[in-house]
Amino acid sequence: MEPNIVSINDFSKQDLFNILKIAKRMEKPHPNLLKGKTLATLFFEPSTRTRLSFIYAMESLGGKVLGFDDASTSSAEKGESLWDTAKIVEKYCDVMVIRHPTEGSARLAAEASSKPVINAGDGANQHPTQTLLDLYTIQKTKKTLNNLSVGLLGDLKYGRTVHSLVKALSHFNTTFYFIAPPALQMPQTYLDELKKKGIKFYTESNLQKVSKNLDVLYVTRIQKERFPDPVEYQKYKGYYKLDTNLLKHIKKNMKILHPLPRVDEMDRSLDNTSHAVYFEQAANGIPVRKALLALVLGKAK
Amino acid sequence: MKKEMSISAIREGTAIDHIPSKDAFNVAKILNLKNVKGTISVATNLSSKGMKKKGIIKIGNKSLTQEEVNKIAILAPNATVNIIRDYTVKKKMKVALPNVIKKAIKCSNPNCITNKEDAETVFSVLNKTPLKVKCHYCERLMGREDITLL
Repeated sequence: MEPNIVSINDFSKQDLFNILKIAKRMEKPHPNLLKGKTLATLFFEPSTRTRLSFIYAMESLGGKVLGFDDASTSSAEKGESLWDTAKIVEKYCDVMVIRHPTEGSARLAAEASSKPVINAGDGANQHPTQTLLDLYTIQKTKKTLNNLSVGLLGDLKYGRTVHSLVKALSHFNTTFYFIAPPALQMPQTYLDELKKKGIKFYTESNLQKVSKNLDVLYVTRIQKERFPDPVEYQKYKGYYKLDTNLLKHIKKNMKILHPLPRVDEMDRSLDNTSHAVYFEQAANGIPVRKALLALVLGKAK
Repeated sequence: MKKEMSISAIREGTAIDHIPSKDAFNVAKILNLKNVKGTISVATNLSSKGMKKKGIIKIGNKSLTQEEVNKIAILAPNATVNIIRDYTVKKKMKVALPNVIKKAIKCSNPNCITNKEDAETVFSVLNKTPLKVKCHYCERLMGREDITLL
């Protein structure tokens, strides 16, 4: 397997299984596993949850963390290239985590750096650690990844978590239900690819029409920041508002995931139902990121 | 009828044949021939048995590099490249699209790192006809219509 975690597309089904297996082991404490190792966090754009969970993961394995979370305090502000930043930071760390607003940045940093690089989001492209914790959550709450009917709801056009998750789930004979207003449906290239692989999928804008078929419902926020046109955003803001009415039309053990943060697409009244697993999902970021840190540093197989 | 050459022969150099007529000038452009000292001829709308109308480019005193041949393949996948020595064809090459195209195409994603930093572009060729390529960095998929050459 690649020593870097850049894109979910780099991983085979076996790689994914292996990461999930290590993540399960990481539910238990391993306080000295990464003792003497340093993680550098290069956050060129803010992300509280991802950054905190990486810091927590590294420190709970006995490692140290340094870095920045605001590009204006880094030398990028002075015009330094990402390539040079990666070349310099590699001298201070054993592994680096990078979040950057430009697509392809993590791949470039990985090529520049002699130390492993973990992508914590490169613009609208990839966020593989999110995808892995999504998979981990599905596996943990449904006891399997195979043959599930998975609904993905919200902004399917711009949502990178959705695109990556669809890629990852394509290994597991998933039936997909893409639930979105027509203008925010899955891009055709993804649908073509599923067709080519013979994977079953349905597109729909009305959740109620398909909700009873679902084993998993993955809800996403309509992301204001990804819309090229703010007028377009206003049109779709608040398009879906899920509340306990949904529960009348679903399977008993259907699970609801959400990468968070949520805005108004999912009412708090759902939080205390057995279906809501999104807070558990966020917490699963810890064992998954611990697993990835241990893996790229050669401390887990 | 007397057979006439519509484009003059060269003694040494490269002749690129079977270019789609409409792309002859584009091929000339991407080869960056400004500094070539030898004679250069670009001909378009020539009649051709196989392709109705075709274009030909002849470049005196220049042999093409692999990179340049790759660029031709993106625009003119059926072109032939003839290396000329002493007025005769010494070597005939079919252009072939490689599996990976380096330093020839610009990524159509304006937010791709290759458009923001000094980074060489790399594309993997997913499909040759119709052409479909994928940016190694931002993973954007591009078809023939999205491609601009560097």
